[in-house]
Amino acid sequence: MRIKMRIRRFNPEADSKPWWGEYWVDVEESDRVLDALHQVKWYQDGALTLRRSCAHGICGSDAMVINGRNALACKVLMQDVGDVCQVEPLRNMPLIKDLVVDMEPFFAKYRAVLPYLINDNLPASGERYQSQEARARYDDTTKCILCAACTTSCPSFWANEDYIGPAAIVQAHRFIFDDRDDAADLRLRVLNDVDGVWRCRTVFNCVQACPREIDVTRAIGEVKLALLNGLEE
Amino acid sequence: MIHTHKFETIVVGAGGAGLMAALYASQGSDTAVLTKLYPTRSHTGTAQGGIGAALGNLDEDRAEWHTFDTIKGSDYLADQDAVDIMCQEAVNVIYELEHMGLPFDRTPEGKIAQRPFGGHTSNFGEKPVRRACHAADRTGHMILQTLYQQCIARNVRFFDEFHVLDLLLSADGQATGVVAYEIDTGDLHVFHGKALIFSTGGFGRIWEITSNAHSLTGDGPAIALHKGLPLEDMEFFQFHPTGIYKMGILITEGVRGEGGILRNRDGERFMERYAPNLKDLASRDVVSRAIYLEVRDNKGIDGGRYVHLDATHLGRQVVETKLEDSAEFCRTYLGIDPAVEPMPVQPTAHYAMGGIPTNVDGEVQRNASGAVVPGFYAAGEVACVSVHGANRLGTNSLVDLVVFGKRAGKAAAAYCQQNDWAELPAETWQPVQAMLQRMMDKDGQYNAADLRAEMQSLMMDNVGVFRTEEGIQSALNRVRELQECAQDITVMDKGKRFNTDILEAIELQNLLDLAEVTAASALARQESRGAHSREDFKARDDENWLTHTYASEVDGKINLEYAPVNITIHNPEERTY
Repeated sequence: MRIKMRIRRFNPEADSKPWWGEYWVDVEESDRVLDALHQVKWYQDGALTLRRSCAHGICGSDAMVINGRNALACKVLMQDVGDVCQVEPLRNMPLIKDLVVDMEPFFAKYRAVLPYLINDNLPASGERYQSQEARARYDDTTKCILCAACTTSCPSFWANEDYIGPAAIVQAHRFIFDDRDDAADLRLRVLNDVDGVWRCRTVFNCVQACPREIDVTRAIGEVKLALLNGLEE
Repeated sequence: MIHTHKFETIVVGAGGAGLMAALYASQGSDTAVLTKLYPTRSHTGTAQGGIGAALGNLDEDRAEWHTFDTIKGSDYLADQDAVDIMCQEAVNVIYELEHMGLPFDRTPEGKIAQRPFGGHTSNFGEKPVRRACHAADRTGHMILQTLYQQCIARNVRFFDEFHVLDLLLSADGQATGVVAYEIDTGDLHVFHGKALIFSTGGFGRIWEITSNAHSLTGDGPAIALHKGLPLEDMEFFQFHPTGIYKMGILITEGVRGEGGILRNRDGERFMERYAPNLKDLASRDVVSRAIYLEVRDNKGIDGGRYVHLDATHLGRQVVETKLEDSAEFCRTYLGIDPAVEPMPVQPTAHYAMGGIPTNVDGEVQRNASGAVVPGFYAAGEVACVSVHGANRLGTNSLVDLVVFGKRAGKAAAAYCQQNDWAELPAETWQPVQAMLQRMMDKDGQYNAADLRAEMQSLMMDNVGVFRTEEGIQSALNRVRELQECAQDITVMDKGKRFNTDILEAIELQNLLDLAEVTAASALARQESRGAHSREDFKARDDENWLTHTYASEVDGKINLEYAPVNITIHNPEERTY
């Protein structure tokens, strides 16, 4: 089938502001939006620039705005885009070129929540035990691939780019609710900041945007409750 | 603009091997990690089913059984001393990952959960054993995330989106650094180091149907080859039996580990005929060949080039909790619910058993006699230790990258403490800059995407699961023509900022060079062993071919040498499952 791709273009070496490029592609229904973008790049305009790697929704490189919604280009099929497929870079991130944005501010927020297990009491040998229930407690938030689809879909983040954002809260949740970790207080302190978890207004955009189907708003809610009531033992 | 940096250890590639190496190298040396992606985009993250280690949490298990299975799986081409080290050290390295916070699934008692995987047995082949430690079917994702988290905790220095284009050797042949292209700016950076660790991953993009990421273009081995260093056992490339039909996306072997069954168009469980004992859990080369033979016998589904992987009898609970990601791939890309319908699968190019030859400390070998390049290390899929020989067992790629990533990192740190800085060669960035300029200025006849597509289909048809002299030779001839064409590509993007167009052209040249080495190595090996299956030489020939291939580029031609296999534990036997 023949579909029109409408792609937001910006060349920092030539353009003063972004513009729309239009391209026709011949694709199969089962092709991904990523395949259509490759068709444009490989056969029409080699300067079209995007990030991608694994092409099946695991590496998190190709988050972008597709027909108005945040998604991974490798997880949206062309049969689902309608007659015109409109593609833009993630919102409210510093634009580098075409569909490529500067991810450093995003990763800085990720690093701010101390995204690593903190526990100095290791067994002398062998593994620590963890019950299946304790492991299940944080399972959902271990799925995060740091693609930034959630954070950049959030109106609170659009309004205030200092908001730490759903992705960093998801990453904090993964450790706060892991009973092997000893530093929940440190992370909760970070998230209790004026630009922390309270900026969430439960709009649920993050849940819709997450390509890993993480229940992001629930995770944020659990962090809020932990701040209000303390952690359950 | 040219930038210069000085770090004692320079790690190139930030997948599991690179991050593990960086964690250890940074404990004893000033370390930098360069990656052409962001670390969390690395392909380790797509590994699904598990990481093997004889913890014995569910079944009695011993490291020596894991060693035996790996050697047998390798069709006796693996170096047995290296396999023994890997399987012995696997146990403690799994505990180490757990201590780092890796969220393994748990048994009812709270121990690390384990499941069966192809070719893993107890008591030297007696019956399947639960050895693959898993975190749902995203074990690789958890490993990559956990190692990156630890790198953040320890303040490891990263240079993200830096594409390494050249390796610098001193006048007397020591590794002294790399030249990297900063993708965002197009600037060149010279990194001067004492020790250099390559962990750049594989090169499955040589083939049309592959589970590999677009970025797996073999930059590391291609750069080594260009510097006159050999590549080992390149004819052995694993085709994983269960890629999604036409797309190549991996469906984990964990499906069969949990009891999934391969069926042909008649609904027959055909693996019973090919591997009466282990059936669907025979090793990957055996299962991939069986699928090809079923298809050739017109037993493919609807006469097509695929078979069914049936998980419908496992129940929704198993599918949704233990095979969650595979189920999600089927729903997203096929519109199929694997708890209800079987999955259409075909073999997909998956893993390089061959690569840059190293010893058990990750030191890169400069020739078939084992002499090393001082200061140069490699680990993970890019390296050939060799622990996988002619065919890798499922889960052992993850074992390899943590065990040998750690060993290479430790060895590099020790090297830095014992050695002074070697001088950079007279020319550092100049050859790379000249090459980039040539490519930018070229008004060429060819399009990189066309050349890449032709290479991929040639290699799929002629240097895939089954091979013949005629087929390999024809592919080799055409690959050599395509190498010429690739010097005459038009780069459409003429800018400096984020020019992925020129990088794709360079990656294609790397892929073509590795395709040539793969085909040349395959053409010479007149036997069938593991993943290298010659229809004109169907038997394994231990008398003449129990040898490692070392291929290097001499005056523009591929030169092949051979080195003996280290056989210290198990003498080669007939391989049946």
